[in-house]
Amino acid sequence: MSASLTASLYLLSSVCFIMALRGLSSPKSARIGNIYGISGMVIAVFTTLALPGVISFGMIVLGVLIGGAIGTAIALRIEMTALPQLVAAFHSLVGLSAVFVAGAAFYAPEAYGIGHAGDIKTASLVEMSIGTAIGAITFTGSIIAFGKLQGIVSGRPLVFAGQHLVNLCLGILLAAVIVWLALDESQMAFWLIVVISLLLGILIIVPIGGADMPVVVSMLNSYSGWAAAGIGFTLSNPLLIIVGALVGSSGAILSYIMCKGMNRSFISVILGGFGGEVSGSSGDKEDRIVKQGAAADAAFIMEQASTVIIVPGYGMAVAQAQHSLAEMANLLTEKGVKVRYAIHPVAGRMPGHMNVLLAEANVPYENVLELDEINHDFASTEVVFVIGANDTVNPAAKTDKSSAIYGMPVLNVEEAQTTLVVKRSMASGYAGVDNPLFFSDKTMMLFGDAKKMCEDIVKSLQGSQH
Amino acid sequence: MNVTSIADKAMKIAEELQNLYIPVADVAQNTSNIVMSSSSGAGDNFVFLFTIFVLAVFIGYYVVWSVTPALHSPLMAITNAISSVIIVGALIAAGPEGWNLAKIFGFIAVILASVNIFGGFIVTQRMLQMFRQKR
Repeated sequence: MSASLTASLYLLSSVCFIMALRGLSSPKSARIGNIYGISGMVIAVFTTLALPGVISFGMIVLGVLIGGAIGTAIALRIEMTALPQLVAAFHSLVGLSAVFVAGAAFYAPEAYGIGHAGDIKTASLVEMSIGTAIGAITFTGSIIAFGKLQGIVSGRPLVFAGQHLVNLCLGILLAAVIVWLALDESQMAFWLIVVISLLLGILIIVPIGGADMPVVVSMLNSYSGWAAAGIGFTLSNPLLIIVGALVGSSGAILSYIMCKGMNRSFISVILGGFGGEVSGSSGDKEDRIVKQGAAADAAFIMEQASTVIIVPGYGMAVAQAQHSLAEMANLLTEKGVKVRYAIHPVAGRMPGHMNVLLAEANVPYENVLELDEINHDFASTEVVFVIGANDTVNPAAKTDKSSAIYGMPVLNVEEAQTTLVVKRSMASGYAGVDNPLFFSDKTMMLFGDAKKMCEDIVKSLQGSQH
Repeated sequence: MNVTSIADKAMKIAEELQNLYIPVADVAQNTSNIVMSSSSGAGDNFVFLFTIFVLAVFIGYYVVWSVTPALHSPLMAITNAISSVIIVGALIAAGPEGWNLAKIFGFIAVILASVNIFGGFIVTQRMLQMFRQKR
């Protein structure tokens, strides 16, 4: 195959990948988008296999079979509630394969046309070390993020004295070793870059708390793209550069949206230490009175209403309550109640997490609205059903300047006539902030497991049908 | 003017053209040599690749802002799958005959990237299939 044909096919593949992302602008075109993505990947792989240097296919086929089988098995079995940790785990693989590809380029530069072992072009060495460093940071960072999301590692931020100084020193050391590699092409320098970056990946993510995970997952998404682009520069491969840039900017935009959804600056998220610790002001909390109710009360209130807005949060995902919740909503709809869902941008542990869970429970996407679309409707709504959300519905974010979440955009739940809140206990949310909504006299608390509560409400609703 | 003189003229023009062709071919050869050497020279090549990179960042920026927030999870899954196009580098490493360290690295990277490609696209497909309109 001629070089220009290869380049043209890589271009075609890049266009397919752009179309894949473009398809996600609406749920209708999204499935075609995924087909574009798969086509782009198939074109890229077969074009590469037709390169003159690729002549031994045994190990390649074996590798694809092993990897493909593992990937397929995981993807078919994974629960939708576990998506954030799955995505984090997948990011780590992109990072690690970037490191291995860079290593291969370092030991066999001839295959990539970037020089000979011991005599690699300086520019290629610099590009290689940047790709390696980002890849290694993505790898360990994603593993820590996976551990936190899966509950293997504590979701609490791990902070120690001099943390940022240590990171800074490691960063400077990394830059110095990259210069060393560029000048000397030393094997020692290459592996030192790998080790320092692996360490940096761990240290960057450990101080970031559970509530900031949507930002972290998006950020690592972005890193995996930049790692691919770095490798693309090393191999002078425009396809890798284009895809890396697409993925990198995608992750960066998602991180930005998540930061805005929490009114936090990207820098403050990266520096970490936020969330997890419940603040010490728990003493006076006990004295305040909350109105408690049972499933039957909730069923009665909701079936009398004409409009209900459901506000799901991470608690719904943890309890796997989406199916029972949708069943409850269906029964209410049958009784003539207008039911809609309001999704806060940072609800859940990854961008769009709630939307997927509701889609899994067969909720039509027209009924699922974003914060901007629905926030004006709360005032004219009779009942709001908050399930597993806390900080995202905290009115203190609008009024209490001393609150840790002051300024964060929140759903105007308190404007509705009645608010029902499903919650396991009175514990505060991830930000560790008290929620005055729970003490409002318009609010009725429904204590218990989210799924069990929805099932009980469903029973009550069914009982009242006869 | 008769036919033979026209034929003669044509012959002469053809000869002249042939003579002209030789320097043109030389120039073409020289040009391609220059292009080849400059594209293997890291400086120009880097600027060329960097141009592609910057333009792709802009495309990514505009395309991703048009993604509906409801599909941000599938967006992450699909970007994750397509970033595994890094398999291209792995295939080149695993492609040559014989065994060396680079080939082993390539083989491992092929496995890792394949997990991601299959896993990423399948999970995206599963998610997208769930999004449906009102019946």
